[in-house]
Order: sequence, then structure tokens, then C-alpha cells
Amino acid sequence: MAKLILSLDSQVIKEFTLTKERSTIGRKPHNDIQIDNLAVSGEHAIIMTILNDSFLEDLGSTNGTLVNGQPVKKHFLQNNDVVEIGKYKLKYVSETAAAMSQAEFEKTMVLRAPAAGTKAETKAPAEGQNNVQAAKLSDTVINAQAAPAVAEASNPAPSPVAAAPAATAMPGGQGIIQILSGPNAGKELPLLKALTTLGKPGVQVAVIAKRPHGYFITHVEGANFPVVNGKALDAQAHQLNDHDIIELAGVKMEFFLKS
Amino acid sequence: MNLTPSLEMVKATHTGMVRSHNEDSITTDPQIGLAVLADGMGGYNAGEVASGIATALISSETREALARHVPHELDKSSGSPLATRLLREIIARANTSIFQSANSQPQYAGMGTTLVVTLLCNNQITVAHIGDSRCYRFRGDKLQQITRDHSLLQEQIDSGLLTKEAAKRSQNKNLVTRALGIEPEVEAEIRTYPAQTGDIYLLCSDGLNDMVEDEDIEMTLAAIGNNLPLAADQLVQMANDNGGRDNVSVVLIRVKKDFPADDGLWAKLLSWFK
Repeated sequence: MAKLILSLDSQVIKEFTLTKERSTIGRKPHNDIQIDNLAVSGEHAIIMTILNDSFLEDLGSTNGTLVNGQPVKKHFLQNNDVVEIGKYKLKYVSETAAAMSQAEFEKTMVLRAPAAGTKAETKAPAEGQNNVQAAKLSDTVINAQAAPAVAEASNPAPSPVAAAPAATAMPGGQGIIQILSGPNAGKELPLLKALTTLGKPGVQVAVIAKRPHGYFITHVEGANFPVVNGKALDAQAHQLNDHDIIELAGVKMEFFLKS
Repeated sequence: MNLTPSLEMVKATHTGMVRSHNEDSITTDPQIGLAVLADGMGGYNAGEVASGIATALISSETREALARHVPHELDKSSGSPLATRLLREIIARANTSIFQSANSQPQYAGMGTTLVVTLLCNNQITVAHIGDSRCYRFRGDKLQQITRDHSLLQEQIDSGLLTKEAAKRSQNKNLVTRALGIEPEVEAEIRTYPAQTGDIYLLCSDGLNDMVEDEDIEMTLAAIGNNLPLAADQLVQMANDNGGRDNVSVVLIRVKKDFPADDGLWAKLLSWFK
């Protein structure tokens, strides 16, 4: 379960566990998280929690709310975000975020439509950590049909998942194809994308895939297979080495790595 | 009628880089224009059992039903193609079968599966789905998702709570709101679309679309869609290169040429001259 750690001048004051669907933050005593300081509005902000996700919303407070130094109205909280209200800091720590790195946690589960009440039930596989997860889920009162109507939460942080393969730095350097023969001789083609196709469509086409551990050439279409260093390939992908010579659709080219 | 000359179907599945076994199940039958993909869930090997029942039962029952019925004819009671009603009934039977196994055998308790089924006939594609397994259409170099996940995340996106971008960072990715075999009854979402020559349809489990961005799937089909088996392998490989946190399965269907139903002699004559 996620929690907020309240601190002032790096001194931890208190920890709050986000157990409720709506947790309020403000100066007045009825708030779930009370911060008794004049810079804090009576009803300053709320945090909405839906299963493992929490959303912060400023309730039009006088002095505003910052997350990681940026003023926000609505914000989808990420693990280790620091919420600033006046001189106070609230650090958001999501234990599930830490546990999520263990992929077993991500097993698909069914969130059954609530029949009588608003309790979400899950059919979780009977395996260690999933039980923890299932218990948490059934504790959490949510209604999948009526997700609270807060307008979309903005969040500038980049996506940590499924980074485009093209964005990764390549070990050994950037792969480049240099054309050696034909009208385009001398031209260089940097292999920036995850896939680069070479050749003439309908005649002979090959593709070079950029993978975490190197560049691989594979035949795509045409009766003839690409030739690498004088040897014709078969249907399998072939890893390219620095200064390999490729012949394709009558054109000679060289693959090399540039660091 | 044999659709093999008009349709090319390939499939690929992989356990991924993290999981110990593959709970996905896929079958294709280009003769009758059918593809089924199921992503099972449940402890130990129950997930495989659920997805296995779904694909085996749906493919055999569809084959039988098509021998007796003409799927593109309009169903008199609903006005939609008969394929819709056939799939709805067959999926309901698969649901009952999985639900009963889950309830009668303790080791299968709570098992279930997501499902996406496509049935092509008479220049149309009928798509049925339950849960977060998807069908995409690639047409004119553009990829479009044609199923909408039955998941908490999709509901949050629909209600405006999350943007599609923010949804990628959600911790609630793994929650589906509908699955086959979990409850005594389930409603499959079934839609029919016109199919065109050159279309490529992609069926996939969430192990693909959670690990590979839609843009990269689109780029792959644009670059090497001419070689369907290679494209399928490439998609699986990309999911694994990005971490492969889940089982990953893909089915690719290419419409090589149109496939009108032969409505008697005149249609047959016409198709000779094409």
C-alpha cells in the first residue's frame, strides 16, 4: 500500500498510509492528513487512490501545491514523487511500484464487476505474492463501473515502460550501411530505427533489425537471398559484424560500427 | 468454401523472458477463415488449461457450425450476419465448459482466459473479444486497434481519469473486467467490419502491446509485412528484447485477394472472369 511521509526541513514528522479512496490534506482538523500551518489552506488537496494508483488534486488552495518542484493542479503520483505544501514535504512511496519489478506480480487478474456492493473481487492465482495483491485488492473499495470523474491527470515524467528500441544506445557503436556500388555509391545510411529495409520492393528486400545485442540481417522477399562476405544467407537472421560486405539486389554495401 | 487462396495466416507464441510457462494458446484455420487467441490466467498450469479449452473448443465448434450454416447470411431475428450469432453461442459454450471445469476440479479453481476470435467470410471480418487480448487492423500503412480492452485501465481512460500516455505508467495494468470461464455467463463483444485486399489483421496477447509501442508494431508491418512469418517472429522478438515480461502471442492474417461467398452459379461464373 502506498504511503506519504510528511517532513519539515528534512525531519520526518509522520507517515500516512493511503488506505482510503479519498484522503484529504489541509490545515483544518477534519483532514486525513492535517498540517497545522497558516501557509496550508483549510482544505488544500486530496489524494484519490484506485487500487495501486494514486492521483493528487489541488483544491484551489491559496498557496498551491508543488510536485517535484513544479506547480500542479492534478497529478498522477509516481513512486518517490515529492509533494510540497508550504514548507512541508510529503514523499509518495508506493510499495507496489517497488514490487512491480518482480514480473510475477503482473499476472492478469479479473476484476469482477461489483454485484451487490462496491467491493472489487479478484480471482487471483494461488501463488505467494499474488495472494498479497489479492488481499489488498479486496480491501480496497472501488467501483470499476464508476471511476471517479476527475479530469485527466497530467504528468510530464517519461514513460519507463516499453522504451522504443530505437532509443537505446548500442554497444559497439552505431551501425551504418555505406553503399559501395551503383548510382548511390558512397552514400551512408545510419541504422537508427529498430528496422531498416534495404533493396528493391518486388525484386529483393532484406531487413536489418537493431537489437539490444547487435544488428541482424534477414531476408524478406525475392527469389535471391542476400549475400554477406560472399556467402548467401538462408532464411535465418544473421548477425552483422563490423566491416561485413553485403550484396543485395545487385548492389554492394558495407556494414560498419561508428562509436 | 476454402478460403486458403485468399487468406494467409501465421502465428507465433513465446513464453517470454520472465515467466516459467506459456499460458497463451492460439489456433488458426485459414480454410474457414478462423483465428483464435486466448491468454489464460490462474495458478500453476490452470491458465494453460483454460486458454487451451477455449481455442480447441472454439475452433472445432466453428468448423462444425460452418458445415451446417452459411455465416454471411443475415440472421432473421437480429438482422446481423449469422456469424455473430454462431460465435456468440460457441463462446458461451466455451465459457460454460471452462467454468464447469474450474468448479469441479480444485486445481483449476478460478482459472479463466481472455479471448479474441476473428472469422472472415464474404469480404467481411467478424471480431469477438473478451478481456484485454486485442485485434488490430493494418491498412494503408496505418495501424488501428479495432477491439477495446475490457480492463480497468480502459475504463479509466474512457472516464477521462487517465490519458493513454499516463496509462502506460499505471500500476493497475493487469486487471481485466471480463474473462472467459470466470462466471456462469459472459458477454463477448462482437463486431463485423468490411475487409479489403491488402489488409493485415493482428491478434495479440497483452504480452505484445504492453512491451511494444503501437508505433513500433506499425513500423514493423510497414517494413516487412510482405513476409508475414518474419513479421510475426519480429514482433515476438521485439517484445522479448524490451524485457518480455509476459507470454507473447501473435496471429497475423493477410487478405491476399477478396473472398466473396459463392451465392450460386452466377457468382461462380463471375469469379471465373476475375
